[in-house]
Amino acid sequence: MATATVATHDTGAHDHHDHEHHDNFVTKYIFSTDHKMIAKQYLVSGMFWALIGGFLSILFRLQLGFPDMNLEFLRPLLGGWITDTGQLDPTFYLALVTMHGTIMVFFVLTAGLSGTFSNFLIPLQIGARDMASGFMNMLSFWFFFISGVIMFISLFIKTGPAGGGWVVYPPLSALEQAIPGSGLGMTLWLIAMTFFIASSLMGGINYITTVINLRTKGMSFSRLPLTIWAFFLTAVIGLLSFPVLFAAALLLVFDRSFGTSFYLSDIYIGGEALPNTGGSPVLYQHLFWFLGHPEVYIVLLPALGITSEVIATNSRKPIFGYKAMIISMLGITILSFIVWAHHMFVSGMNPFLGSIFMFLTLIIAVPSAVKVFNYLTTLWRGNLIFTPAMLFSIGLVSFFISGGLTGIFLGNSAIDIQLHDTYFVVAHFHLVMGSASFFGMIAGIYHWFPKMFGRMMDARLGYVHFWLTFVGVYMVFFPMHYIGIAGFPRRYYSWTNFEFSNMYTDLNMFVSVAAIITFGAQFIFMFNFFYSMYRGRKATPNPWRSNTLEWTTPIEPGHGNWPGEIPTVYRWPYDYSKPGAEEDFIPQTVPLSATPESNLPHEQEKVKEELEIMKEEESEVLVANESKH
Amino acid sequence: MEKELKYGDLVEQPISMHPKKFALWLFMVTVVMIFAALTSAYIVRQAEGNWLDYELPSIFWITSGIVVLSSVFLHWSYRSAKKDDLVQLRIGMVGAVVLGLAFLVGQWYSWVALVDREVFFVGNPAGSFLYVFTGLHALHLVSGVIFLIIVLISTFRYKVHSQSLNTMEMATTYWHFLGGLWIYLFMFLLLNH
Repeated sequence: MATATVATHDTGAHDHHDHEHHDNFVTKYIFSTDHKMIAKQYLVSGMFWALIGGFLSILFRLQLGFPDMNLEFLRPLLGGWITDTGQLDPTFYLALVTMHGTIMVFFVLTAGLSGTFSNFLIPLQIGARDMASGFMNMLSFWFFFISGVIMFISLFIKTGPAGGGWVVYPPLSALEQAIPGSGLGMTLWLIAMTFFIASSLMGGINYITTVINLRTKGMSFSRLPLTIWAFFLTAVIGLLSFPVLFAAALLLVFDRSFGTSFYLSDIYIGGEALPNTGGSPVLYQHLFWFLGHPEVYIVLLPALGITSEVIATNSRKPIFGYKAMIISMLGITILSFIVWAHHMFVSGMNPFLGSIFMFLTLIIAVPSAVKVFNYLTTLWRGNLIFTPAMLFSIGLVSFFISGGLTGIFLGNSAIDIQLHDTYFVVAHFHLVMGSASFFGMIAGIYHWFPKMFGRMMDARLGYVHFWLTFVGVYMVFFPMHYIGIAGFPRRYYSWTNFEFSNMYTDLNMFVSVAAIITFGAQFIFMFNFFYSMYRGRKATPNPWRSNTLEWTTPIEPGHGNWPGEIPTVYRWPYDYSKPGAEEDFIPQTVPLSATPESNLPHEQEKVKEELEIMKEEESEVLVANESKH
Repeated sequence: MEKELKYGDLVEQPISMHPKKFALWLFMVTVVMIFAALTSAYIVRQAEGNWLDYELPSIFWITSGIVVLSSVFLHWSYRSAKKDDLVQLRIGMVGAVVLGLAFLVGQWYSWVALVDREVFFVGNPAGSFLYVFTGLHALHLVSGVIFLIIVLISTFRYKVHSQSLNTMEMATTYWHFLGGLWIYLFMFLLLNH
């Protein structure tokens, strides 16, 4: 019985949600068009890539912390990349940092984070049966998968994966003669990224279309949970910036494979001039960072959105400054497109232009500070419930503050001359973007695991995981600030030749040990995740006593999410601890007329309208029933 | 059945547009961004000097005319579909497709003209950019032609008429967009070379 109401909200493919679905293994787990399954696919691939990316970082941390260590024991795994003297091959070291960056930024924190939570939460929280186009959503995942396969293969080829840094600046990345990694590895990198861009764009188009067109009744933009706002703006940023990366990559492909000179000019190799003239390597930097900077917010905004939701729910308080949160996210979205050249202060750009970009960059501190203030004031005097998700969200706020402060230094074009490309930068972005987003992602997994798998994750293991990771991350990245100020450049294979580096040997060793412990702690999480999936405590329908729509679905929602009609929304999602209310939360589906004891004066006004409409409705239903007889 | 109203049916309905049409608009945004990136790269690079000056192939004037005419045909066809005039609909569609193909051929001859002028893909970026602009645009245009052909086939199956215009509307939007994109590129090149 597909009523007219349902049909207007569906996209066509899932009208017949009440029919029994007979999915076989392939359509259910592999080529699924259900947004929840696609989200899980993204999640598991994201975790796989996080392990690989993390493992690569351990390899190069071994080199940095213990430059004289005999790495012979890694030979079974790395083969020829361990030299005869038992050292890590220097070119492979470059490949390791490149792949660590690429994997973590794109595969884990873009696909793993947005892909998982935008897919999972957008339809569930706005009250839709599925994404606007389930097929395109499936395609998006499989493009990502192909991209991953190609990138994975590039790890094992003879000349090694791409080695020019995750930013792949030409001419280093454009000339095969430059380093071994600029050969086949770089080609595969570019192919993989092309698929990745296509995947992100298809995903983004779907997210935006779904949020705008498929909201349930009453779900106005001012009643959207902040998670959805964050995912929506993330998708907008991606839609506008990824095509620019595509343009940059396309010109790089032409330079590499067709002999054009977009980025190459007057280069001599071994005393012989290359034919390329008239190119400009700075052009690539402009194009790349026009994506590269918004990418930071593509990574961070979803994590901030998840945090807003988790902190409000577990403080049992409405989020402080709901509108301010939205406005600051909008501000960040716009500003993210006009600050890209702060990555290029030392590229020889006009210092006047530099000061403009510095000014714009420092303005981002304002919306960021508003967000931090709102998180803290939401926590302030709340009835805090320290679930693992809550701890990770608070951890995110901590990283966002400590990493954000160093951003003020780096955004300054004068100080950047000293700090550019040192470990200070590494420390800054690993805290504010890497760890913060990672914590947001973990918080999201702990929080929505019951909805994903119908079971609870073990909280005690969650606490152990949190404290080891939280302390570990600070142990790894805090000392890096000092190392950076001391002048250690990033991406260097070894500093043992420099006199000044001797006094920092211990600190580097400390960082490496901390990194290994932090990485090890993630296996606690992995165990918890997979064990709880099968053996965890069974979840209740609304374990966190939360307001948003996803908790009104069955414990394990089927394809179509709600077995009956999609619920209507009557209020915003943050009615926690409302004075006068019986419980400390009022779900979005409860009408105002049902809660006269807690309504505010202006809401009481609305109740009158609501009741009048309901009266009309009753008489109409009566008429309808009579006409049936 | 329609009378089974709940309170929810009477509260404000969120704005909503045909999802696929909306997705098409978003796709066009991404195409705009690609060409915005490339044309601004052109300006940035040009400002740095060492720039090869050459005359644009005059065939661009003809191809621009063709692409505009093709859009006119398609629009006529679309209006005929609204009036359920299936004959005019098909004539218009066929005209648009043929002119689209003619445009592609014309663009090919613009490359021939460039080679005659010794402006090659490999060489000074001034020339390379022109090849990238026209090539990438042509690639998108091929996708547009395929889309038109798909709609054309469905007109012969009586699937396009005044009650079923969604795909036709999408094809029309996309085609006008691609035509407009070419006009933008051509104007840009006229002003900046």
